[in-house]
Amino acid sequence: MSPQDHHHDHDRSELSETELRVRALETILTEKGYVESGALDAIIQAYETKIGPHNGARVVAKAWTDPAFKKALLEDGTKAVGTLGHVSRVGDHLVVVENTSARHNMVVCTLCSCYPWELLGLPPVWYKSSPYRSRAVKDPRGVLADFGVTLPKDTEIRVWDSTAETRFLVLPMRPAGTEGFSEQQLAELVTRDSMIGTGFPKAPGAAS
Amino acid sequence: MNGVHDMGGMDGFGKVEIEPNEPMFHADWEARVMAMVRAMGAAGAYNIDTSRYYRETLPPHVYLASSYYQKWLLGLENMLIDKGFVSDTDMAAGHAVQSAKPLKRGQFTRGDVERIMTRGQFGRTPQAAAKFKPGDKVRARNMHPVTHTRLPRYVRGHVGVVERDHGCHVFPDSAATESGENPQWLYTVVFDGRELWGRDSDPTVKVSIDAFEPYLEPV
Repeated sequence: MSPQDHHHDHDRSELSETELRVRALETILTEKGYVESGALDAIIQAYETKIGPHNGARVVAKAWTDPAFKKALLEDGTKAVGTLGHVSRVGDHLVVVENTSARHNMVVCTLCSCYPWELLGLPPVWYKSSPYRSRAVKDPRGVLADFGVTLPKDTEIRVWDSTAETRFLVLPMRPAGTEGFSEQQLAELVTRDSMIGTGFPKAPGAAS
Repeated sequence: MNGVHDMGGMDGFGKVEIEPNEPMFHADWEARVMAMVRAMGAAGAYNIDTSRYYRETLPPHVYLASSYYQKWLLGLENMLIDKGFVSDTDMAAGHAVQSAKPLKRGQFTRGDVERIMTRGQFGRTPQAAAKFKPGDKVRARNMHPVTHTRLPRYVRGHVGVVERDHGCHVFPDSAATESGENPQWLYTVVFDGRELWGRDSDPTVKVSIDAFEPYLEPV
């Protein structure tokens, strides 16, 4: 695709040209025997069913209710998450960072799109976009304002730029008014954005 | 390389646009591209650093005008052609015309899917003692390699503090050009926002990167 072919309105012909290229490449890879027929469908299905923010939400809810787990999680995220059989395996190098009233954490990948896939799913378009990648490290409060998030003026903002194979998960603060909630009830309050640091968990009783 | 992908601190891209209830993919072809990139990588056609490097080497105007998965597709095509797995003749025909090149780990099959759902391991046995420890003041080197690097421009020349030691990891600068894993110590280094963005910037901001030892020098 030459840049001249790319129009801002993403017209149909341009899209179908991309589709044709993708189909042609898949045909070549299959015919050459590089990829077994059906294997790509199996990958897509696995991504659509096995990963997602529900995994991260369970980790957060567990940390909110189990102080020993929380301590272990902050010390070695990979190891602690590995003890939860019901959460998909996360592989190595998970770092969990805790929000407090004094410090708010926020995660970005300025160079590409590094993101904890297993715990949060594939990243949303905004996370991979130029505005987020360019501004998160220089003007995090301005970025948070785009999300409708305001922090107290004296709260420290710590931005984690994911420049290596370490992956970061934000442990948000447990919402007030959730005393006695079960892990399951708490997990329902945990949003994807609260685990990236661009949002807060839902308040109890708020519409989902 | 000082590419357009190295966006930290750039101005002019506008507001972050948030799409409520965003789907995992916006078109079927995006899912196919993602799956092809994962499958060919798992089969050993390239490593993750090489695939990032190929996306970075797209011309800046193409990089900026392409959607995320378009960049993945263009990078994938270039990489497969350069490494001899696919030829221009195949591409022009839309079919396999030339014979296949053996893959390091053989054909990617349905049986391999489970394996790729767990992240790869990048930690390696140290080749030498760590030069830095948490609490050390370090300067991000003023370096401008023309190939792949994970040291963003916005920290180069600036002083920060080592906060965490992650052990020894595959060095992307070497792996991207298939020059071996060349494991290096990896540290989280924290910079004060004003050190990076000037004295008038927000005093509550701290920014960290994960920096490989060759990116750092003692202060």
